[in-house]
Amino acid sequence: MSKARTSLPRSAAAHGVLLLYTAIALFPVIVIIINAFKSRQAIFRSPLSLPDAESFTLIGFETVLKQGDFLLYFQNSFIVTVASLACVLLFGAMAAFALAEYRFRGNPLMGLYLALGIMIPIRLGTVAILQLMVAGGLVNTLTALVLVYSAQGLPLAIFILSEFMKQVSDDLKNAGRIDGLSEYTIFFRLVLPLVRPAMATVAVFTMIPIWNDLWFPLILAPSEETKTITLGAQVFIGQFVTNWNAVLAALSLAILPVLVLYLIFSRQLIRGITAGAVK
Amino acid sequence: MGSLKLENIRKSFGQVEVLKGIDLEVEDGEFVIFVGPSGCGKSTLLRVIAGLEDASAGSVSIDGDEVDTVPPAKRGIAMVFQSYALYPHLTVRDNMGLGLKQAGRPKDAIAERIATASRMLGLDDYLDRRPAELSGGQRQRVAIGRAVVRNPRLFLFDEPLSNLDAALRVNTRIEIAKLHRKLNATMIYVTHDQVEAMTLGDRIVILNEGRVEQIGSPMELYNNPQNMFVAGFIGSPRMNFIDAALLGQSGARTVGVRPEHITVDRSRGDLKGTVLHVEHLGADTIVYMDCEKAGFLTVRLFGEHKFVPDETLFASPDSARLYRFDNTGAVMPSG
Repeated sequence: MSKARTSLPRSAAAHGVLLLYTAIALFPVIVIIINAFKSRQAIFRSPLSLPDAESFTLIGFETVLKQGDFLLYFQNSFIVTVASLACVLLFGAMAAFALAEYRFRGNPLMGLYLALGIMIPIRLGTVAILQLMVAGGLVNTLTALVLVYSAQGLPLAIFILSEFMKQVSDDLKNAGRIDGLSEYTIFFRLVLPLVRPAMATVAVFTMIPIWNDLWFPLILAPSEETKTITLGAQVFIGQFVTNWNAVLAALSLAILPVLVLYLIFSRQLIRGITAGAVK
Repeated sequence: MGSLKLENIRKSFGQVEVLKGIDLEVEDGEFVIFVGPSGCGKSTLLRVIAGLEDASAGSVSIDGDEVDTVPPAKRGIAMVFQSYALYPHLTVRDNMGLGLKQAGRPKDAIAERIATASRMLGLDDYLDRRPAELSGGQRQRVAIGRAVVRNPRLFLFDEPLSNLDAALRVNTRIEIAKLHRKLNATMIYVTHDQVEAMTLGDRIVILNEGRVEQIGSPMELYNNPQNMFVAGFIGSPRMNFIDAALLGQSGARTVGVRPEHITVDRSRGDLKGTVLHVEHLGADTIVYMDCEKAGFLTVRLFGEHKFVPDETLFASPDSARLYRFDNTGAVMPSG
């Protein structure tokens, strides 16, 4: 390794910048978590200090777990996120494979059409979506949310995955065809494992906005049985009084599953982001 | 059990016509090479034979049966690809057996075929490894093994040696030649390397811009090229082409002479020129000259010669081995 690369001031500077960025990125999360464990007065007195013997309390978590059906909200969020993610990844990858692999009339036009959704925010169509769901009798069901989130996630998924699938060697697919594999087997057994890093990238980028969304649960599924965790946490935010302990505790809990899913995907994710950067 | 007949094969991608009517008959047990510069359509033609591309017109018959609508897996072919194209998630054994497994053959029959092929190619020690744990040469042997296991009517090779280094390329070339002798199977081999074409093929098909330029045995093509393209393509270094008018040859437009059919002398000869560059290869010495009358000339001399750049030399082409080409580039009868 060259000397310039290992010189102390350079690497100190690089680490300094990275640490600063990490601190900025983590700051809101840390503040939420430390304050979730503090008493109401302590939160307002010194929001940045760690909980000590005097200010430590679990009152927020107790409130959250007692009031409302928090486990159900969690479950709803989880079902909606996982189901949407599965739909986006499966159908997105299939559409991307078709666009990348087959020559047919209107292929580029179809690709453009499927990618158009990236540029148009789905929320502009909220009123129409609501009318559609009312007509279809899907209001206050998790299905409604899954459908909307699938539609929201598909354009970006197709766009990213079709680019990656174009890089999968044609020879490999042709070898499969000569060996008598069906197009589905080629897709599932040969192509999908090779674009796994891209799938993880798409999974993370699709998952986080769905988990965090407040808009569509509020409009399409606000009933008690279908509330998601973000919507559930809103009960503690009142017009005049806000139960900050409970809000912060709810948010802390809401971070956990995303963190777990992220850790699962993250190794693949880094490979996906840096794919093509080296070699 | 492996003859092939192509009738007027045409293939267009959009407006671009890649194959412009190819007719060819390959007999059982023949080793036929498709060779040509990149973009001449040789790989596309191979893909049409394999059924991976549909021809825009014309028909492909294997053993007398028209196979234009038969999917690749049912054509009785096996293909070896330039990039090996091994299944990354399967072991060498499963890579080789997948085709037969898909065809629903009994397990012990598959195992037997794999054992035979792996013995033939020296793959016994690697059967339980995955492709990522093999070197390039081993991967290509597995790819060839995968083809052998299928016991096809027709072997198709798509530039199988292009990704190997020079030493390995020679070894694998010999293995393919041995394989052909042992199996006595019909093989079609695509390459852009004329040395591979000359050393492996019973017959060579020279393609250029989607057309067949000439078909013949290696020595036929070397000794009796029908046109300037074939004359220039076969032989290394390339044939010298000299404007006939400069040599005072009447009738012909261009005169061709191979670098190995020119002698040089320090004091006298037909064409006076200066040495531009000399390549010493041990067995051969290649001299690049700039001749006063004829322009740039490549000369290949056997053995070692101590020529230096800027030296004045006289080159004398062997008059018995001149090729004369007319305005269209076609060869003219010698006379």
